[in-house]
Amino acid sequence: MSEKEKLIEVKNLKKYFNVGKGKILKAVDDVSFDIYKGETLGLVGESGCGKSTAGRTIIQLYNATSGQVIYDGEDTQVKKSAVDKKSMKKKMQMIYQDPYSSLNPRMTVLEIIAEGIGNHEVQLKSKEKEARVYDLLESVGLNKKHANRYPHEFSGGQCQRIGIARALAVAPEFIIADEPIAALDVSIQAQIVNLLQELQQKKGLTYLFIAHDLSMVKHISDRIAVMYLGGVVELAGSEDLYDNPLHPYTQALLSAIPIPDPKIERTRERIILKGDVPNPMDPPSGCRFRTRCPKAMQICTEIVPEWQEVSSNHFVACHLYKQ
Amino acid sequence: MSLPKQEITKDLFVHAPLESGKSEELPGTPVTFWSEAWRRLKKNRGAFLGLITIILFSVMALIGPFLTENSYMDQDLALSNLPPKAAGLEWLGFDGSDVNGIDQYAARGINESFWFGTDEFGRDLWTRVWKATQISLFIAIIAALLDLIIGVVYGGISAFYGGRVDNVMQRIIEVLIGIPNLIVIILFILILEPGITSIILAMVITGWVGMARVVRGQILQLKGQEYILAARTLGTSNSKLIWRHLVPNVMGSIIITLMFTIPTAIFFEAFLSFIGLGLQPPLASLGVLIEDGYKSMRFFSYKLIFPAIVISVIMISFNLLGDGLRDALDPKMRK
Repeated sequence: MSEKEKLIEVKNLKKYFNVGKGKILKAVDDVSFDIYKGETLGLVGESGCGKSTAGRTIIQLYNATSGQVIYDGEDTQVKKSAVDKKSMKKKMQMIYQDPYSSLNPRMTVLEIIAEGIGNHEVQLKSKEKEARVYDLLESVGLNKKHANRYPHEFSGGQCQRIGIARALAVAPEFIIADEPIAALDVSIQAQIVNLLQELQQKKGLTYLFIAHDLSMVKHISDRIAVMYLGGVVELAGSEDLYDNPLHPYTQALLSAIPIPDPKIERTRERIILKGDVPNPMDPPSGCRFRTRCPKAMQICTEIVPEWQEVSSNHFVACHLYKQ
Repeated sequence: MSLPKQEITKDLFVHAPLESGKSEELPGTPVTFWSEAWRRLKKNRGAFLGLITIILFSVMALIGPFLTENSYMDQDLALSNLPPKAAGLEWLGFDGSDVNGIDQYAARGINESFWFGTDEFGRDLWTRVWKATQISLFIAIIAALLDLIIGVVYGGISAFYGGRVDNVMQRIIEVLIGIPNLIVIILFILILEPGITSIILAMVITGWVGMARVVRGQILQLKGQEYILAARTLGTSNSKLIWRHLVPNVMGSIIITLMFTIPTAIFFEAFLSFIGLGLQPPLASLGVLIEDGYKSMRFFSYKLIFPAIVISVIMISFNLLGDGLRDALDPKMRK
């Protein structure tokens, strides 16, 4: 995939939260990956492992503690003029998890979608803005009649599509989808994912798709990064990752996916991890996963495993694969 | 039951089209938050009654003093201490007879009737009561509005910027709360001349703290909402974020707090007047009238009863309306 153009390079990104009493929560700890133009990168991991924080740090809702996010050759984390900041904001957008709380209950759909247009194209007349909003509504399967309604009148799926239309309003290149389907029921999930894929083909968008539903992530992603307790443990093409998971955590995760075939399902062996996720304020020494890893060794307690390319485009951070 | 086996391949599947047909239709007309709240408020009888009473009393406070030809400050000792008399309401006790049952109007040969009677200087109590209501409401509303402005700005800044700013601003509030506000108010009125302005200032100087805390709490809660984050990623400026996203969503709580501030302010003003720190004669507020009436309660009970009824009804109405508004604007907070 090296011929592909890198759109975003995340280098050693760290985001620590000061939780008081001198304690520090390392939500994202030294994460590096690239996102290529036009691809979908899936980001999976269990709740509280820092997926959303990573997404929000990339889009600068949070200021990174250290590390770089390089967008198209430009470092987004350095201080910039207001104009540059604005144009950067136009390129990156986000779709949120909760379809209801992501729309302002006091604004009409028209106002919600027009907000981004108004921020970036101040000179636009309200008639033109309206026309743009109607186009956007149609592209997500809604219509003119919905423009004067309030969010509480819509169903979850419709709200999520309004959220997508709002993100598309500023014509972004890169969209972070922060668990956009987690709050929806399965039939609507498919609708949203299909819509996202169609939009990707039409507009050449790049996605960072954050989720914890593994089969859905496999379906939509070109490559998948697996996160555990603030760090990325494995990154590979989605087929590669599913057929040949290397990291014990990934193996355990994948073994949890049910297979829609009763014969296989009966004999399927699940790797069940022991214990709970350690407190991120006090992560284990060495490899973060070692406390629950079925294959933990002596070295795992001492040395943090290196991020290495085991086979082409298949990265893993685990001592088992030390060359 | 064996079906002919068919290889299932990916190209057999197509995306289900997004139908913008019937299932996307929404019934009815768009319902705004405020029309919804109004509908809920109308259903609440107590609150609606409160609203009507408040409107009625406000109107009376404005036009009441002009319904008779008497001014609220003209003294005429010949007309002093007349009991209430109103044509047609004799059966209710408005017959102009005093505690001893003597018709004072006939005894003194007065043809005019004073609906609420007169005080010891012969001032018409009807005019004075409504003038007092007017002044009391004015003081309360101005004090509440100033509380609102200071509270919203202070609380808003504190919550919106957060971190160290918030920390410092909250410590200042805690210091203010730590000082007993009665002492502050009394000192304030001792320094300034007693009057409408000084009463309002004295009440505002400690009163805005409650509003500031409510607004801060609400904005802190809203700040983490995803639509605020979304607006940020869309490049919305801070001022727009405050005025278009945060304030409209805090409006409900602001109005509710305001509705409970007004009766408190009326009561506080009455209290100040009662202990003699309030308005000075010939100006009247409900507190001043009650204090006057209380002195001669035994013989001229009407002097106490009318202002006392007015202040009680106003207080109850505001509280009922406030309760109703809380239920209407924030159904989740309903008890």
